Amino acid sequence: MPHDHHDHLSPSGHPYRPDNDHPLTHWQTMEIAVREILIEKGITDAGIINAQVEAMDRRTPADGAKVVARAWTDPEFKARLLADGSAACEEMGFPVDAMKLVVVENTPDLHNVVVCTLCSCYPRNILGLPPEWYKTRAYRSRTVKEPRKVLSEFGLELPDSTQIRVHDSTADMRYLVLPARPDATDNWDEDKLASIVNRDSMIGTAVPTV
Amino acid sequence: MCETPKMLPHVDPLPFDPPYPAGDSRFAPGQTVRVLKGSAPGHVRTPWYLRGRTGVSERVCGAFANPEELAYNRDGLPERVLYRVRFSMDEIWGNGGTDTIDAEIFEHWLEAI
Repeated sequence: MPHDHHDHLSPSGHPYRPDNDHPLTHWQTMEIAVREILIEKGITDAGIINAQVEAMDRRTPADGAKVVARAWTDPEFKARLLADGSAACEEMGFPVDAMKLVVVENTPDLHNVVVCTLCSCYPRNILGLPPEWYKTRAYRSRTVKEPRKVLSEFGLELPDSTQIRVHDSTADMRYLVLPARPDATDNWDEDKLASIVNRDSMIGTAVPTV
Repeated sequence: MCETPKMLPHVDPLPFDPPYPAGDSRFAPGQTVRVLKGSAPGHVRTPWYLRGRTGVSERVCGAFANPEELAYNRDGLPERVLYRVRFSMDEIWGNGGTDTIDAEIFEHWLEAI
């Protein structure tokens, strides 16, 4: 057997994953301390915290894709979405809590892309948790300075005739890009349209393709 | 005197009224504004790369509790008016082109020019 003589492999032939038992970092310790104090004081309890974690984990970019597909097929909904993104998402049954959503529309002449240079503000209520790269210093610092280069590294080459509008999510607003509906999708229904709307196209680092 | 910005970005009027109340706001959409320079204590949401830069008010977002206070468990009141301000990348980085950045800036970080 090819794996028999390798001590670092498990009996199933896979490498052992290192145990996650390193000392807590400062901020891990702080999180535990604050959580325990909040529970001790009766401000929250472990069940509420866990329910919130589960609610966040249930949110996925599929929610945003449904909103986009609806906007592509229903001009009146699209107008409401652009005017008040949070209310339009609520209308579709996606609870947005306190999120104040600004929806920005791509056109042939204008491409929108979202970043948070200060931290990692992201429309979690409609797209779920942000991708790891969204939180990196490289993405956060370069997108406001050389967006065309950043987008080309995502495989998105935009012509010079398309203006790029970067949205730096610095305060209370959150942003969702409404991509342009691809050609050759005329007869598609909302479900089929939603299937081509991926997460990155709603951040602005990609566009939907057929 | 003020430096003249290389190029101010274009701002079209919005075809709708933004949904959050703002009360009295000092700067109208389309108005040229400059971000204050300098630093302040607290949870400041004005990025350093925009301080001292000139842009155009894109919309009044609403009035919100001041995050500089809120992060320290104060009430953040009175609420501060929040704007989206559009900047030309050429004005910020001098790298040419017509690409722009929209960022949210609170009224007490802006001045008219």
